[in-house]
Amino acid sequence: MPAVLIALKDLRLRLRDKSAVTLGLIAPLGLAIIFSLIIPDVSAGEFTMELGVVGIEQSDLGGVFESEVIDDLDRSLFAVTEFDTEGNAQKAVDRLDVFAVIVFPPDIDAAVAAGGGEIQVITTNEAPISGEIALSIARQFAGDVSGVQLSVATALFAGGTDVEALAARTVATPLRLEVVDLETGDRQLDISTFFAAGMAVFFLFFTVQFGVSGLIQERTDGTLPRLLAAPIHPASIIAGKGLAAFALGVISMAVLISATSWQIGARWGNPVGVGMLVVAGVASAIGIMAVIATLARTAEQASNIQSVVAVVLGLLGGSFFPVSQGPAILSKLSLATPHAWFLRGLGDLAGGAGPAAAVPSTIALLGFAVATGVVAALRMRSMVRL
Amino acid sequence: MEEAATPLLVCSDIRKTYGDLVAVDDVSFHILPGETYGLLGPNGAGKTTTINIIAGILDADGGEVRVAGQPMNPRATRAKAAVGYVPQDIALYPDLTASENLVFFGRLVGLSGTTLKERTREILELTGLTSRAEDRTATFSGGMKRRLNIGIGLIHSPQLLILDEPTVGVDPQSRNAILESVDAMANNGMAVLYTTHYMEEAERLCDRIGIIDDGKIVAEGTQRELVEKLGGHDKLHIGITGHGQPAVNATAMLDCVIRVSLGDAAMELIVSDARSSLAEIVNTIVETGAEITGIEIEEPNLEAVFLHLTGKALRD
Repeated sequence: MPAVLIALKDLRLRLRDKSAVTLGLIAPLGLAIIFSLIIPDVSAGEFTMELGVVGIEQSDLGGVFESEVIDDLDRSLFAVTEFDTEGNAQKAVDRLDVFAVIVFPPDIDAAVAAGGGEIQVITTNEAPISGEIALSIARQFAGDVSGVQLSVATALFAGGTDVEALAARTVATPLRLEVVDLETGDRQLDISTFFAAGMAVFFLFFTVQFGVSGLIQERTDGTLPRLLAAPIHPASIIAGKGLAAFALGVISMAVLISATSWQIGARWGNPVGVGMLVVAGVASAIGIMAVIATLARTAEQASNIQSVVAVVLGLLGGSFFPVSQGPAILSKLSLATPHAWFLRGLGDLAGGAGPAAAVPSTIALLGFAVATGVVAALRMRSMVRL
Repeated sequence: MEEAATPLLVCSDIRKTYGDLVAVDDVSFHILPGETYGLLGPNGAGKTTTINIIAGILDADGGEVRVAGQPMNPRATRAKAAVGYVPQDIALYPDLTASENLVFFGRLVGLSGTTLKERTREILELTGLTSRAEDRTATFSGGMKRRLNIGIGLIHSPQLLILDEPTVGVDPQSRNAILESVDAMANNGMAVLYTTHYMEEAERLCDRIGIIDDGKIVAEGTQRELVEKLGGHDKLHIGITGHGQPAVNATAMLDCVIRVSLGDAAMELIVSDARSSLAEIVNTIVETGAEITGIEIEEPNLEAVFLHLTGKALRD
């Protein structure tokens, strides 16, 4: 009961100074909405890349590009427009009629035969992602062409003289150019859900810090001696702080899940499974933040260290971008963060799976909570002594 | 006050060390119900550590504290319930109102329902904060915060009230109100343990005083007892007109007079007890034909005792 009294008092203070509302609700919700607006949802069919091409009818290489690349593009993702001149294409990009244009110059065949040549890509700052996709397509195609050139040159250097045969074999060899299918898999979150969950778990660490740093705040404000002199067990004070942090974390997550589902169409998955992940995620965040709080001397110092740790864990854990798309080492390192396990658990639920799918991630999160919670509890015992 | 009464607080040889530093060294004293006990000592003498042990905030390394017959330690909820603790620093939540602060700490000490409501109203009245009850304490003046700080310690009508320098930074008007309140509470049977830097407060409030230095109680007793232990004498300044020498000669013959000297239109006498021998001295002077224009008694005070015992002024 004393722990509940202390927790309720802390919640009232946090609501009154608006810090918890700002960091627990407004910031993550705002960022999730902004991210989901900036980055279109491919899987939801919201994204069509308007790609322009110039000169594919006027050169052999352009013809190869049309047959091997353009014709194979997924028409649900790409709309291709052909322009007769580079100038017209540039105007279309300026008007944002197309987001990027791949240009095959008139002399491209001769240039390639001479061992050089260049494919140009017109991009615009207004559509950076489309520009990157066009550049990737062009680079991949140029790389394949260079590979063919090298193969032919090597064969000729080695004494091969049947250029016609080599050319025939080369033409018959399919280009390795592949456009990555951005369709989400069963274990992958759609982009709205990813950013909603990423921001929620990222800011969760800031939200719970209000609770766990409360003990230092009591000391700074001079109220800790009065709490210690009250007819309650000193452990009630620690329990009260933990309870306040837990309530703040769960309330913040619950509101964010509801708001992002309604506002940006995030699909969190099975409610029971999500509930398990939220409870375990909040517990792990409290454990980690509490350990850090015990290392600090003042509330300000604790807040600074906790912020740094929260940002690093958030980046490493994939709150801002899917770590699976980064280097392999990053994916492995991310498993040292609760963020990655939380997002992985949601991914496991994404295909409509039941709560059982979230069990492995829940166990991992609880592991973080227990390991750090024990350390924090041991260290906090000395904090409730003057 | 009956000496036979059962002490409400008994400290027996309490001891606390921090590494090699002995903060409290076998401190023993007791406080009776209705008694105000002053704990005086220079900074770093061990006052706050002693108070923290008595309030159940700290564990003692040795000895025993009993409050209302219950052993006191940080886990002793029954003993703690008998204590009202007013820390030296303002211990309020600035974003809560005066009422909310009182209700929170009231619930923490086990009050609820009508009792809590009634006590909150009474404390607000006692501290003169009824009209500001619903204002956040962040908006209060220093004196108002101090008064509420004390009020919280009284919310559950404790048997023992511990006041750790409660008037630091308080304006004279608020200080006077606080001292009157403490006096009234002691008169109602509450035992009070009081530490202060202000000697006049100790002299005005405390029935008995313990002087602590280097973690030890170096002297204890009533103010008079402490002064007498030092062999202190009173000083009398008597203004006179006319010839003073006969008066000097006559008073020098009195048993109560230890030394007498004549200054410019005034005599200065060192006596063992000015108040009891004043009439005799005045009569003797008048009989010599001198006319008395004024009398001033200067008694040895706690400040002098304190300085003598600790070698430091109280505010050091």
